[in-house]
Amino acid sequence: MNNVPQAAAPAPIASRPTMIEFRDVHKYYGDYHALRGINATIKAGEFFSLLGPSGCGKTTLLRTIAGFEDISSGAVLIDGKHMVDVPANVRPTNMVFQSYAIFPHLTVEQNVGFGLRREGGTPAEKARRVEEALEMVGLKGFGKRAAHALSGGQRQRVALARALILKPKVLLLDEPLSALDKKMREQMQVELIRLQRQVGITFILVTHDQEEALVMSDRIAVMFEGQIAQLADPETLYRRPNSRQVANFIGVMNFLPAKVLTEAAGRIAIDVQGLGQTEIDATQAPGAVTGGEISVGFRPETLTMLYEGQTTTERETPGTIEEVVYYGDMTYYDVRLDGVDSPVRISMRNVFGRPVLDIGTRTRVAWSAGALVLFR
Amino acid sequence: MRREAKSRRLGPFHAPDPVQTEPDTARQAGAGDRGGMEEKSRWHRFRRSEAFAGLTLISPTALYALLLLVAPLATILVYSFLTDGDTVTRIVWEFTFENYITTWTQPIYRAVMMRSLSVSMMVTAVTVILAFPVAYYVSFHVAPGRKALWLFLITIPFWTSYLIRVFLWKVILGYNGVINSGLTSLGLIDEPLTFILYNVNSIVLTLAHAYAPFAILPIFVALEKIDRSLLEAGQDLGESRLMTFWRVTLPLAMPGVVAAVLIVLIPTIGDYVTPQLIGGGKIPMIANLIQSQMLDQDNRPLGSALAVSAMLIVTVVALAFVLLNARFLRVKK
Repeated sequence: MNNVPQAAAPAPIASRPTMIEFRDVHKYYGDYHALRGINATIKAGEFFSLLGPSGCGKTTLLRTIAGFEDISSGAVLIDGKHMVDVPANVRPTNMVFQSYAIFPHLTVEQNVGFGLRREGGTPAEKARRVEEALEMVGLKGFGKRAAHALSGGQRQRVALARALILKPKVLLLDEPLSALDKKMREQMQVELIRLQRQVGITFILVTHDQEEALVMSDRIAVMFEGQIAQLADPETLYRRPNSRQVANFIGVMNFLPAKVLTEAAGRIAIDVQGLGQTEIDATQAPGAVTGGEISVGFRPETLTMLYEGQTTTERETPGTIEEVVYYGDMTYYDVRLDGVDSPVRISMRNVFGRPVLDIGTRTRVAWSAGALVLFR
Repeated sequence: MRREAKSRRLGPFHAPDPVQTEPDTARQAGAGDRGGMEEKSRWHRFRRSEAFAGLTLISPTALYALLLLVAPLATILVYSFLTDGDTVTRIVWEFTFENYITTWTQPIYRAVMMRSLSVSMMVTAVTVILAFPVAYYVSFHVAPGRKALWLFLITIPFWTSYLIRVFLWKVILGYNGVINSGLTSLGLIDEPLTFILYNVNSIVLTLAHAYAPFAILPIFVALEKIDRSLLEAGQDLGESRLMTFWRVTLPLAMPGVVAAVLIVLIPTIGDYVTPQLIGGGKIPMIANLIQSQMLDQDNRPLGSALAVSAMLIVTVVALAFVLLNARFLRVKK
């Protein structure tokens, strides 16, 4: 993952004015119910991501903001104004398309300046704005090139410059990085964050890549089957997913069957298979646990394997290593804890001097009750 | 060593590498035969080359084109420089520029040539302007699963012969044709409308109908190739649908429009049947004049000179058009 510093937010998200509001938005394609009651607000200057598997409705939702899709019921508001009957060309939004949609018959500067026709200003002024926009995306001096002679990354930058030059209130990005290779993608992620901070425009990103969403966003809406499953900042989403579905979609999570024993005063006593009885805070059950048969989830990095002679102040459980996957900086172990049906995944950083263990090795796993999340 | 390995890999169905056999033959036949041997190996190399395979594949078509296209054209070209004879001798083998001088100086030939050009340009304009909305509709507003059906329906007029289609227009437009008798029986007109038969209008109408699919199909293909997200991008960047059409769709459809223009323009200049039937023979185009010189007047050299001149003019017009539109044609590369 990219080591990008989180945005030094000028004001907390919650206190900023609302830029976009969805009020019970439904969208049908014939019998197909694509959006099923979307309610959300996106704040001004926020980097917001719509994350979900293909077909979850995230692109449809983005297109309702742009004005390319009509909604069947509900309301979409941009900066407080209803967008019903407002056509795409007069909405204060601009879009970076998944295919980039660079006009093949125009040069780079003609592409970037495409939207300036309707704006005032002398040709010289417009040319200067185009030059500035190109400079902002790192394409200074590319203006005279034919659009079809550009690489994928360059096309993307042209698409960005073309949208940002019009100073929209909202920039919509439809899977803009999916066509780039890994290195290029990571580089563009950093650049997009930098650009967003620089221009201060609300960015709405559609992506199916959970890592991309975590790295770039102030807040993320995770969507499944036309509904928002969870809307939260990246850390909450990662640490406190409110359902097994969200937990599975974002990163890796281990699940163990468990039983609720007692619930009182914000504390929940549970009995987890293999780990035994423990007590957790009620905030560790974001999905409203009702009791009875539940499951407990924990991330691979919240577990630690103890080596010979190591001790811990946390709880520990014995187990056997069943699989070892070496990643260079990390090693993933599948460990079957004693008394558990399926193995759990543990990730260990390969710090200097720490050996990689073999399959079949007996080991002890240290864990902390604070890292557990309860699911229905 | 390397070469041996290579020829083994090629297997038994490939001739051995000619270079490899050279030491053997050199030892047996001596230095004198070396030249012949090299020539032979060059032939072998050519035999196995892709160029040879390609030439072999196109040779039937090439022969056909040579016999039925190049040979008649060459004959016409030669005839155009010969002298006309009497009814017995037909032609006299005497070189002359007289036919060309006649073609380019006699007002009648110039007038007919100009008429051919203007009629075909009108036909082209009418055809392409009418074909574009049809192609646009099929490409943008017909459901993807039904486009094939629409294209199929567009080709239906082609199921009957060109001659019959032209004749049917005569039936529709004639003095006692469908339009005139229909309008008369409705009491809308007393006299048959004369502006729709035996004149340039009716020729343009008939030819535009006959060539419509030739214009629709290339424009349709060009429109189909346009990435639909480009149109959304146009609107996203603040342009209305109409301006997006003007700034994005139309420039990207230009290769198809250029193709349509050439496909309609070139054959209509030399059209023979329509002026003959619809024009009633009273408003001949260049093809009718060539026919009359060749057969009625039995002046083959002059007819040939007319034909060659017409071809030159078509070439010049077509080239001028292509060069003018080179900018648009470059787009898709």
